[in-house]
Amino acid sequence: MQQHAVESISPTSSIISVNHLTKSFAETKALNDLCLDITSNRVLAILGANGAGKTTLINILLGRLQADSGDVSVFSSKAGNQEVKRQTGAMLQVANLPETLKIKEHIQLFQSYYPNPMPYEKVIEYAGLAELQNRYSKKLSGGEKQRLLFALSICGNPKLLFLDEPSVGMDVESRQSLWRAIRDLKSQGTSIVLTTHYLQEADALADEIVLLKQGKVIKRGTSEQIKASVSSTTIRFHSQQPSEVFNALEGAVQVSSNGKYTQIQTHQVNQTLKALLNQYADIEDLTVSSAGLEDAFLQLNDDNSGELQ
Amino acid sequence: MNQAVYLQTSQHSSMSFKQLLNLYRLEAKFEWLKTIRNPAFALPAILFPALFYVFFGVVMNQDNIQAASYLLCTYGTFGVMGPALFSFGAGLAVERGQGWLDIKEASPMPGSAQIVSRVLVSMGFSVLILLTLGLVAGLLAGVTLSVGQSVMLSVILILGGLPFCLLGLTLGLLLKAESAPAVVNVIYLPISFLSGLWIPITMLPSFLQSFAQFLPPYHLAQLALKVTGQDVGGRVWMHIAVLALFSVTFFATSLWAFNKK
Repeated sequence: MQQHAVESISPTSSIISVNHLTKSFAETKALNDLCLDITSNRVLAILGANGAGKTTLINILLGRLQADSGDVSVFSSKAGNQEVKRQTGAMLQVANLPETLKIKEHIQLFQSYYPNPMPYEKVIEYAGLAELQNRYSKKLSGGEKQRLLFALSICGNPKLLFLDEPSVGMDVESRQSLWRAIRDLKSQGTSIVLTTHYLQEADALADEIVLLKQGKVIKRGTSEQIKASVSSTTIRFHSQQPSEVFNALEGAVQVSSNGKYTQIQTHQVNQTLKALLNQYADIEDLTVSSAGLEDAFLQLNDDNSGELQ
Repeated sequence: MNQAVYLQTSQHSSMSFKQLLNLYRLEAKFEWLKTIRNPAFALPAILFPALFYVFFGVVMNQDNIQAASYLLCTYGTFGVMGPALFSFGAGLAVERGQGWLDIKEASPMPGSAQIVSRVLVSMGFSVLILLTLGLVAGLLAGVTLSVGQSVMLSVILILGGLPFCLLGLTLGLLLKAESAPAVVNVIYLPISFLSGLWIPITMLPSFLQSFAQFLPPYHLAQLALKVTGQDVGGRVWMHIAVLALFSVTFFATSLWAFNKK
């Protein structure tokens, strides 16, 4: 049965389609004419500063909020429809779980909500909860609680999985094992929509990244494409000179000093480097690096042109 | 290439009757375990009515079996209201405040499973409360009820908890977690007193006796008192109709509260 279901999804088929979605709370527009198409068998990361509309979007996709205008369909059905929910898993941010149930009881209960639940052992293994099965949820640390919420989100063998800030409070080891589980689920045919504040997480997991700002998609692409769209390169070095003098260098866009280091952002690395080394003799500890996802994120988010796309 | 993924065939997205039955069974089972494992809730809910009964029905009322059996009916009413109002009202408000209900709502759990399981848990508590009250009444107060009377009284009180479950549901959907227990008490205790659950209704001033007609616990207590023949003489169907009306009203308000949030 499971095999059949997986085969029937072709790799590029659309799972979620969002057209001209608008949602306001009081006077603020949380989502502003947002369009987004999400295809199957991929990990999509939604990034954006607080208030960019991530949570609103997820809640609408789950059918928990109604949009003011525009339309949303999930598996070509209405979002939040019972049949859709049975193929969807959601890990949302929760302050506390009912304290007097054990981990295994929480999982058994959620398994019963789905027509084809994932086998118990597999859930436990994915979530790394083997040692904690009999622990009451009262006694869980922040990271352990996240692992339980992840377990509950995958109980139903979802075709579509929403993960809202999944690795908050997790230690490095748990995070690595969560990432392994996400990659594994994807390879089994689950499509994953992820929001995160850890850009490293998006970089490591996402096939595609969507940048939201003020309720609009301002950039969409692979991690590489997004990094490449920010063409600046950073030259960092140590020098006795006051940082202002480097503003005059050819190609320098922005100069900043950070402790004992000076940083120059440039669009013309060769020219800037040549000028720098020719004019100043005391340059030490020189490194040149292209923009990481974080630089790209910050720069794109700072750009005032909300219409970048 | 860009074809949309449609829902899988029915075998993947629909539940068999057996699966649904299992869902409701587990929901009720774990709701029960969750509640009974919380001593701060379970102990007062079960012991307070019996404790009050020991004071007013046994210690302060020496050897008056009539009064003791009267108070058994009214403290029974008082007892079944507690878990109904608190499990739904306070319990739901707390889980809602934690965001836990969001997870349940995003899951395919039917909303009715949550309600049915809490009603069953309230009824389970009612059984325990009536057993302890019955023991105290039989052993310490010397109340003697026939088997038929005991069964009748239990059935009335256990089913009669329903309007209070629905009132609790409304409160649980409206109240904030921090204030819910206090607000529930502010409703629970006065309506219990004004309905004649602590001291017999006939001992209250007459304007309060008239006012009691508007309170659901009064009607449930009168039904219970029919069993021992100590009610004030209202008609059975009238009490049932009033309780049904309250149930429908509270169900409507809970739907309203659910859609409002």
